Amino acid sequence: MIIELGHFALVLAFALALVQFVLPLMGTRLGDPRLMAVANPVTLVGFALVAVSFAALTSAYIQSDFSVVNVWENSHSAKPMLYKVTGVWGNHEGSMLLWVLILSLFGAMVALFGRNLPDTLRSNVLSIQGLVGAAFLLFILVTSNPFTRLSPAPLEGRDLNPVLQDIGLAIHPPLLYLGYVGFSVCFSFAVAALIEGRIDAAWARWVRPWTLAAWLFLTGGIAMGSYWAYYELGWGGWWFWDPVENASFLPWLSGTALLHSAIVMEKRSALKIWTLLLAILTFSLSLLGTFLVRSGVLTSVHAFATDPSRGVFILMLLILFIGGSLALFALRASSLTQGGLFHPVSREGSLVLNNLFLTTATATVLLGTLYPLLVEAVTGEKISVGAPFFNLTFIPLIVPLLIAVPFGPLLAWKRGDVYAVSQRLFAAFGGALLVALLGYFLIDGTGVLAAFGMGLAAWLMLGALTDLALKAGIGNVSLSVAWRRFRGLPRSVFGTALAHFGLGVTVLGIAAVTSLDIERVMVMRPGDTMSVAGYTLKFDTIAPQRGPNFTEDRAHFTYMDAAARVQGEIISSKRLYTARQMPTTEAGISTIWFSQLYVSIGDATSDGGIVVRVWWKPMVLLIWLGGVVMMGGGVVSLLDRRLRVGAPARRKEKAAPAGVAAR
Amino acid sequence: MAMTRKQKRLSIIGGAMLFLGLASGLTLYALGQKTSYFYMPVDLKAAAPDPGQRIRLGGLVEKGSIVRGDNTEIHFSVTDQAHSVTVAYNGILPDLFREEQGVVTEGVLRSDGIFVADSVLAKHDETYMPPEVADRLKETGMWQHADGTDEAAQ
Repeated sequence: MIIELGHFALVLAFALALVQFVLPLMGTRLGDPRLMAVANPVTLVGFALVAVSFAALTSAYIQSDFSVVNVWENSHSAKPMLYKVTGVWGNHEGSMLLWVLILSLFGAMVALFGRNLPDTLRSNVLSIQGLVGAAFLLFILVTSNPFTRLSPAPLEGRDLNPVLQDIGLAIHPPLLYLGYVGFSVCFSFAVAALIEGRIDAAWARWVRPWTLAAWLFLTGGIAMGSYWAYYELGWGGWWFWDPVENASFLPWLSGTALLHSAIVMEKRSALKIWTLLLAILTFSLSLLGTFLVRSGVLTSVHAFATDPSRGVFILMLLILFIGGSLALFALRASSLTQGGLFHPVSREGSLVLNNLFLTTATATVLLGTLYPLLVEAVTGEKISVGAPFFNLTFIPLIVPLLIAVPFGPLLAWKRGDVYAVSQRLFAAFGGALLVALLGYFLIDGTGVLAAFGMGLAAWLMLGALTDLALKAGIGNVSLSVAWRRFRGLPRSVFGTALAHFGLGVTVLGIAAVTSLDIERVMVMRPGDTMSVAGYTLKFDTIAPQRGPNFTEDRAHFTYMDAAARVQGEIISSKRLYTARQMPTTEAGISTIWFSQLYVSIGDATSDGGIVVRVWWKPMVLLIWLGGVVMMGGGVVSLLDRRLRVGAPARRKEKAAPAGVAAR
Repeated sequence: MAMTRKQKRLSIIGGAMLFLGLASGLTLYALGQKTSYFYMPVDLKAAAPDPGQRIRLGGLVEKGSIVRGDNTEIHFSVTDQAHSVTVAYNGILPDLFREEQGVVTEGVLRSDGIFVADSVLAKHDETYMPPEVADRLKETGMWQHADGTDEAAQ
């Protein structure tokens, strides 16, 4: 009964989404405030209906109701409760429902917090959100209904894919979707601006927090997914340039560009058309990501069984949204007024540079990801584009940008002075050079590239600190004044510095791991030892054990330092999930500061040993900690008074154009 | 150095064009050098790749062909039901590596006909089949009348 209720709620939500699309749009066209007033309540009720539907599916998972096909395919009564709940989005149907839930949540938030937006803008935005929602609800109802029943109901479920029974994957999809779908708001705002043929600073003030929020969730989602792949798949890699990974990285790159161009638009009302285009492209890339992951058209190490008919449906949606919005852009963009002149060497100029590099990098990654599809369509030949391609193209494109990062925040608006800024960055440059030299001469195994990477990381981190120090006036004024100024800096300045610092942290982790990691593969028997990175690893025992829904062989290791003192123990196991008869490798990881000792065990050999693969991963945690710091920067920026949505205006905005209320 | 509006615009556009040109050149070069072609065992028999050329070899893991060597070495055969190629791999196989399962390996074909793989594609789902392998096995179902002329048929 609850299941049928959930299904019915979903159908109703689809109907309401159509109403949400049509009526407010008609209202803005006809100038009828009664039709426009429909937008808010319909959006909120639509969200409530999708939430009911999602709750119904969740309850079926909690109760292990195997009369629902989706639950039977992806759950098991012996599964821990946490994974019963997260199993809701651990499959195609459920994850699409989560997608739509988050989409309607964002719509509801626009409706709730956007009361002081101009009526026409809000109605148009909600209308576009309604269209996107309707399309995806239709997709779920037609091709991926999670509420299909099964009769007679089986006694036991087939269990969730074991690699998904993990806390990392419990959090990864919701974060990623919050990011993907968050960009839908920017998209709707862009399309609404095109429909109205008007775009102003108020528009940019509204779009920036949404971009920031979406971006920070996406950052978290990508970092989480990368860490999950690192420890769960047992091969010790953290990024594979795999199509599915690229699918999430593409909107992140263009979203980062959007974040920066929206600043120019807000502060200087320049780059308006470009910002609109980026907003459209970013959400298009999110949709493309959904398509690539859900259709399985590309060979991916992360691919799951897929159904081609769904791929075709999403492809149609893709054509509708991307084609439609770009066509609208082509028709209307020229009617928008450009403004804000600036010198090439200026804060605006540096942000244009940022956008140029980021969008080119996006285009390169996009080309590399889709190239196999293009070639197959044209010549029929099957090729693969792997890590060597991306390393050769992406890295040379992104390194100049990273070098330029510390300059940006120090340049003045309108016209800057590179020479003066270089002088101010002299200390940061010296520090970076020192780090590179120390890395090159003191650490064994570093080549020129590794030392350069470490220097670059130090440059980014010191550059971010320099920015804060200079803005507080340290060195020019007395310390107490500087401290007061420091505390008085706008939060967005801290946010920028924190995000750029986090970027440096990630670069440091990448440079260290790529050049200094050590891998040993060896057949070991209990009692054997192996030495790695100054530690001695001893294989103690291996014994079978039973878990709730799996059996496993647990190998117990201890590791000792050079003086033979025991430093810790590592447990690595090979599991067999009984319901699916599917084996998984559970890597044993021991964290030593930011570095990790990573042990994974393989198959038994004919002579009674077991293949053991051990990695020493220096500073590897920094890769993801940097992501967390970047997220922190996003959060701090979002708390900036000027951006806080719905906060009362402290000062009357002077130049609120066209009679738009300040916020 | 006062710049006119036109000069400012030109300098930005010129810089951007230069950068985009470099980026496109790099991308084209990388696409020429760093992509690997997908082969099934029968393709290797028909036309072997250049020595040292990295390729992807896909097919099914032949039943009874998995031989574990002394240390971490492992040999197995990849088959498309018509031909099979012996693959040498050193390392830990992915969890879902099994006999008669679809597999994609990447590496170099040695002159003695043994394929030395440095990576074996893992997947997260036991019902997943790499699309290239799936497509080609469907073709293999009608292999009788396509045999020998396979290159042309592609």
